Amino acid sequence: MKLKAFAVAAALLALLLAAAPSWAQQKFIVLASTTSVDNSGLLSHILPDFTKETGIQVRVIAVGTGQALDTAARGDADLVLVHDPDAEGKFIAAGHGVNRREIAWNDFVIVGPKADPAHVAGGHDALAAFHAVWNAQAPFVSRGDKSGTDALEKRLWKAAELDPTKAGPWYKDIGGGMGAALNAASAMGAYTLTDRGTWLSFKNRGPLVIVVEGDRRLLNRYDVIELNPEKHPTAKLGLAKKFADWLASPRGQAEIAGYTVAGEKLFHPEADKKP
Amino acid sequence: MSDFAAAVRLALDMIVDFDPALLSIVALSLSISLTAAIVAGAAGCLAGAVLAVYRFPGRRLLIVVANSLLGLPPVVVGLAAYLLLTRNGPLGSWGLLFTPTAMVIVQTVLAIPIVTAISHRALEEVWARYGDEFRIAGATRLRAIPQLLLIGKAQLLTALLSGLGRTISEVGGIIIVGGNIAGVTRTMTTSIVLETSKGNLPLALALGIILITISLVLNGAAFALSERKTRS
Repeated sequence: MKLKAFAVAAALLALLLAAAPSWAQQKFIVLASTTSVDNSGLLSHILPDFTKETGIQVRVIAVGTGQALDTAARGDADLVLVHDPDAEGKFIAAGHGVNRREIAWNDFVIVGPKADPAHVAGGHDALAAFHAVWNAQAPFVSRGDKSGTDALEKRLWKAAELDPTKAGPWYKDIGGGMGAALNAASAMGAYTLTDRGTWLSFKNRGPLVIVVEGDRRLLNRYDVIELNPEKHPTAKLGLAKKFADWLASPRGQAEIAGYTVAGEKLFHPEADKKP
Repeated sequence: MSDFAAAVRLALDMIVDFDPALLSIVALSLSISLTAAIVAGAAGCLAGAVLAVYRFPGRRLLIVVANSLLGLPPVVVGLAAYLLLTRNGPLGSWGLLFTPTAMVIVQTVLAIPIVTAISHRALEEVWARYGDEFRIAGATRLRAIPQLLLIGKAQLLTALLSGLGRTISEVGGIIIVGGNIAGVTRTMTTSIVLETSKGNLPLALALGIILITISLVLNGAAFALSERKTRS
């Protein structure tokens, strides 16, 4: 009786193992990427074509830019795709990365509740909006996770000569990803800074709308960075380079330009003219 | 309330459609969690039996440790495993980070204390009742262990299922060592985290409903099996 139960369990397990196709061996690279290019659906839109053309599977670890760079610096990824120029510069200066290429851009927007307690709707000046939020002490959600978006938010406060560590309880550091921040802002009717890609594909907007956009400071560039063979000899540099080259190629650029959600383009190819 | 209704409808739709993406996620979830629960079950029951039968210095300490590790935070185990398995870490050359194997390891570690603590408690009672008989019959303590496990098998099933409950519901550890890679290390629980972050709350909840349903079926099957055994 016991044996039979064991046999059934073993057979079930074998079936399950067989059913998980990805356990099979295949050429693959690990891409440490910022969440926005993954959560927005861009990568799942373009990766199947790349894999079909080259036979290389791209395994995406979607985390904040800070964590993505850290993952690569530890040697756990083969390529990074991130969006924080300052952190990228440090990563390259530390000898981890080489051959940074911009492969796409879009912009950040400030979203907030339709009721707009800080009266910033329709503006095009991010610093003025931050001042207004500060003065109104309107709820504001900060990622607080060293992501690219978080880094930009901190730079904006600095440029506005305001110090969010001295802000009152209206400034909520949630220590989470873009999605968590939007969910929180949506639930609290708070303002927050988000990249346009995540915003357009985000489904739980609640009372939130875009209140400020079109400031040049809100430009958001996505860079692919290869790893330095001297520091990371075990990384799959050849395969990773193939993917980086493909992203920068006319074929890859066309794929990026062709990705839309509800008719709206989420990412511009590198060559598109910036505002 | 409409969110819950939408979630239930979505869950039913996915089950009825036999959604292939869902199927592979469910298969991966089950294979990882069942493997971890079975390994932890074997190790934990054995440890529980040893703690019940033998008397050795440090035994009490081990029992206290096993019981206090019931509250072991998954995210800490995941982080420790990450630091061990990272390329530059002590076990980096194994190349296990971001693989299902790493996830099995984390969940096994999390489930072992649960199985050990519960099986120890059960087997201790069995030993108190039958231990003298075994020894009078001339069996060594080692020989007595299989008998003990057989007598306590109903309680051991409970221990095993508690372990499975821990593994199948766990997310904090596996999302760190697995990386939530689509088609490779994405399970039911990490999908729920992902869909929540995309603001896809009804879908996230629907996945949760499916996960709970699977848990229910597994436990029901185990219960039915043990019922039949005790009757026969």
